[in-house]
Amino acid sequence: MEWLLAHILSVIVFLPLVGSVLFFFLDREQARAIRIIALLILALDFALSVWLFLSFNGGNPQFQFVERYTWIANWNIHYQLGVDGISLLLVMLTTLLGPVVILSSWSQVKDRVKEYHIFLLLLQTGMLGAFLALDMILFYVFWELMLVPMYFLIGIWGGPRRVYAAVKFFLFTMFGSVLMLIAIIWLYYYASSFDYIAILNFLGPEPLTLYFQLILFGAFALAFAIKVPMWPLHTWLPDAHVEAPTAGSVILAGVLLKMGTYGFIRFAIPFFPDAVLAAGPYFYALAVIGIIYGALVSMAQEDMKKLVAYSSVSHLGFVMLGLFALTAQSMQGALIQMINHGLSTGALFLLVGIVYERAHKRQISDFGGIAKVMPVYAALFLVVALSSIGLPGLNGFVGEFLILVGTYLSPNPYSKIAAILAGTGVIFAAVYLLWMYQRVFFGPLQKEENKTLQDLNPREVFYLGVILIFIVWIGVYPSTFLKKSEATINSLITQVQARKLSENRPRNRFAEAFPPGAGSGKILSRGGK
Amino acid sequence: MPEVAVKSLAQNWILWILILPLLGFGINGLGALVFPQKYPRTLSNIVSCLVIFGSFLVTAFGLWALTRSPEDAYFTQQVFSWISVGNFSVNFGLMFDHLSAIMCLTVTLVGLLIHIYATGYMGHDPAYARFFTYMNLFMFMMLTLVLADNIVLMFVGWEGVGLCSYLLIGFWYEDWDKAKAGLKAFVVNRIGDFGFLLGIFTLFWALGTVDFAGMRNYISGHPLEFSGLTLYGVKVATLIGIFLFIGATGKSAQLPLYVWLPDAMAGPTPVSALIHAATMVTAGVYMIGRMSFVYVHSPFALAVVACVGAATALFAGTIGLTQTDIKRVLAYSTVSQLGYMFMAMGSAAFAAGIFHLFTHAFFKALLFLGAGSVIVAFHHQEQDITRMGNLSKYLPWTHRTVLIAFLAIIGLPPLAGFWSKDEILFRAFASGNELLAQYRLNYALWAVGVTTALVTAIYMTRWMILVFWGGPRMDEETKHHLSESPQSMIIPLMILALGSALVGFLGVGPLFGVTNWFEHFLEPALAQALPAEPKIALFGSERMLEVTLLIVSVLAAITGLLFAYGIYLEKPGLADKLKEKFKALYLLSYNKYYVDEIYDRTVVNPLLKTSYYLLFRFVDVAIIDGFMNGLAKLTQLLGRVLRRAQNGVVQTYLFVFVLGIIAAFVILIYYLFRSQA
Repeated sequence: MEWLLAHILSVIVFLPLVGSVLFFFLDREQARAIRIIALLILALDFALSVWLFLSFNGGNPQFQFVERYTWIANWNIHYQLGVDGISLLLVMLTTLLGPVVILSSWSQVKDRVKEYHIFLLLLQTGMLGAFLALDMILFYVFWELMLVPMYFLIGIWGGPRRVYAAVKFFLFTMFGSVLMLIAIIWLYYYASSFDYIAILNFLGPEPLTLYFQLILFGAFALAFAIKVPMWPLHTWLPDAHVEAPTAGSVILAGVLLKMGTYGFIRFAIPFFPDAVLAAGPYFYALAVIGIIYGALVSMAQEDMKKLVAYSSVSHLGFVMLGLFALTAQSMQGALIQMINHGLSTGALFLLVGIVYERAHKRQISDFGGIAKVMPVYAALFLVVALSSIGLPGLNGFVGEFLILVGTYLSPNPYSKIAAILAGTGVIFAAVYLLWMYQRVFFGPLQKEENKTLQDLNPREVFYLGVILIFIVWIGVYPSTFLKKSEATINSLITQVQARKLSENRPRNRFAEAFPPGAGSGKILSRGGK
Repeated sequence: MPEVAVKSLAQNWILWILILPLLGFGINGLGALVFPQKYPRTLSNIVSCLVIFGSFLVTAFGLWALTRSPEDAYFTQQVFSWISVGNFSVNFGLMFDHLSAIMCLTVTLVGLLIHIYATGYMGHDPAYARFFTYMNLFMFMMLTLVLADNIVLMFVGWEGVGLCSYLLIGFWYEDWDKAKAGLKAFVVNRIGDFGFLLGIFTLFWALGTVDFAGMRNYISGHPLEFSGLTLYGVKVATLIGIFLFIGATGKSAQLPLYVWLPDAMAGPTPVSALIHAATMVTAGVYMIGRMSFVYVHSPFALAVVACVGAATALFAGTIGLTQTDIKRVLAYSTVSQLGYMFMAMGSAAFAAGIFHLFTHAFFKALLFLGAGSVIVAFHHQEQDITRMGNLSKYLPWTHRTVLIAFLAIIGLPPLAGFWSKDEILFRAFASGNELLAQYRLNYALWAVGVTTALVTAIYMTRWMILVFWGGPRMDEETKHHLSESPQSMIIPLMILALGSALVGFLGVGPLFGVTNWFEHFLEPALAQALPAEPKIALFGSERMLEVTLLIVSVLAAITGLLFAYGIYLEKPGLADKLKEKFKALYLLSYNKYYVDEIYDRTVVNPLLKTSYYLLFRFVDVAIIDGFMNGLAKLTQLLGRVLRRAQNGVVQTYLFVFVLGIIAAFVILIYYLFRSQA
């Protein structure tokens, strides 16, 4: 038991990967056995992460359950995992969605079941590893590892344009990752370490000049912004979502997009505080554009899945706004909103998948009045939609409210305007989701083929119910989760404030940031180490 | 400002007012979902009514306890800490003070009667369990709104009642128009809620707390600092006041966001009575009462509230003159009466506004339930008042009770509406708001108010004549099937009639030699009105002024009544002649000033078109994605060109190799020389 708790992070990360080895002993035909084993493995993984959650000390801002082994000694690369208040919740979300998607594809995926589940398990390991890695190279490995199974999930089990979507998804992400890798290596030459904590400790007393901060921040930010995705780098998202199988969409929206926002809060913001402050207004602008633009474009969609996909652009705009406002409320809100988006949008994709499995269509106009034949489905859909809209009492409100109130309080001179503009997103969210809801569920049930749609079966009620529990829990009693991340977020904010190069920051930050010949010396003098 | 060092006494019974309806919601909701066809109707009826009755009893107990406690003490209960991040913390905390007590009483009493009525009204609807589930959820949300001890929790209730309103308007969702009306209500309310949110942010930014007691203490402790605080050059009190009032215009259906309420009549009639007349739509008025300690610091915000209220009162009244749907006339009347309440609030006569809220809940609920009784008599087939008439013969009890509500709403003494409306008109005239007085807007407000009283009398008399009094205009077949509603519906009508007749006496003022009990009761909870300087020079004394105004408003009501009586009953042709003569005006009113059409053309359609064509088709697909795909195409093209280099001919490779070496040398030499120079 003690050994397990000491290595719990490694166990959580590699359990799915190791478990997938079992599949080699199974025959391709034994689909049911494969599903059950995959489900059990991921359920166990979730149970372990609940244990982790309970054992985690919320009052300690440091990394906990750290494991560290030398990996490649010559390059000073370590296998190092650790969890803090930020990654804890994201790990929980990932392990929660794992068993849920296995259950959701129980009857949806009938083709190449074995490979499908192997990829799902592999993906799980990649995502968990990326959230828990404390070594830049290890992080990068996991980051790239996630791409492969997702690429195949879209490319093999996807819709008609799956290849286009898979390639687009791969290229967009790859483009950002390469720049991030260069930035990681550059950082290594400066701080002579790939160790996250060591780099952070090194940058404290010896921060980079603003010029280099901006360059490196730019490289990291581009990789993460594509993943989030921030406007205008979002166009891979609707294609990937529409073509991906339900499980792919759920994981993509639920967890993979969080990699982007997680990257900001884990790396880009603590490493480059001055760049963050300098670029703040520009990120505000992009986030606010994303919120409003995503909502309006979502409103114009005719395909339910595409509508939900675009709504992600809007919701993650809120998260980005919260991160860059840099107040306790906004960052806590952003963190909880990452979880909320994973739950609510994940559930929306599950729901769309359910009706697609039955009717083999997703156009809003193909439906109408189906609340009559699917009352339970209609009720659950409504609750999830309302949570996504941010109705108080459900999870979305807590996140959005904290983000907006935190942004409103932020000392940044553009904060209030940004909060007010972002607040309009709350109106539009109601329009696009409830308008869709109305056209799908309300009105007379006219289409003959829809009259025989089956309502949810117990399996579907179960896995949606699990998500609903958390939707209500976070909405009514968010302290359970907020308390775990409070210390980490507070220490992060203090760090960022303390590391500012100087208090009196120039007004025109970009002109100051790029004086001719800036940034010579320091980095070169430390080079070649 | 009065000293706010009131005693708050911790109690644990307050939560029961909320828990009971929530329990009903849970039981009926599960029943409706798990046993769709088998859940017994009687059980659903009993559960839903019983829990509301329980809430009512606890409220009554609380009210009794409140009157027995020291002068301005009130009760509080902290249930749990809801959201707490940094210095921002919100509790699930309840507050049973004088203001919430009155509001709770209104909500639970009228709510109980309407629940009982609904067991009859929905007696033949197959979705009864879903109906009562939503109704109980509404009660829970409404009571949360009322009992919240901080503005964020109030917002929870505020949005929650909006949700229930959405669900209940679209209750018969198979009808497109009804579903659409629900969506419209939700979205328009959300626009208001956006303002409400900004108000909360600004409040927290300025005061560092969201608790009502905390905010009030801070302001009374630092009145000058608060008054002097500005944001972007605007006084913070004004900003907060306006932001919150935007929320109120949505929820309480004031200009320019009132458009959802008339459409909301698509819901079942008990819903119209409970949510869209007696309780939810008055939430905005209640909120301003709750926040009165901020509003008194901004005469400008108050003036806006008063003017919007007055404008809405008259505007909606004139639409009510020509509508033909039995419920829509009442809907516009509600909008108009809410306008009165805001007029009072804006004149800083907070107690008068709440008093009208209180009396209005009785007579307007009664009018709606009466209309529901008529609709039931017509077997849900007819709502057009031009095809009714002479129903007093068929529905005697409905007629008798509604008659009392009718006399109350047009403001004839001594019924409830008379006392509260008169109080508002007097307070508007003698407004203590210096800004209103400075521009002599107080007289204008009063004049608009009296005109509205006249208009109200006309449309309500017309409504009574067309429904109950005039000659019958329905066909024989329909007439044959008309019958009085069941007991479960009539008894609530009678109780409400009693209320409509009597509750006004609670607010009889010093003019008649007694203290205004209602105003006195609310004193600890509401901010003191601004120091009033009644313009009494013309009248000799305040008393003479009040008497004069009272006579004028009663005369207005009687004039309206007689006018409508003349043109619709005495000389029935006259109304049509007037219609022909003022055709343009008639059409304007009949088509509701074309406001819906204007909103559609200027806001809704452009937004949809922009989203689809400009943002989605053009910006997203053509430009951004086009650019990205173009980049990919470019790479492909480049690859095709560069592939030619790899042609496998060794000579070419060697040639390029040598070229490269030469180039490298040139660059190296260039740099060497430059660094020496």
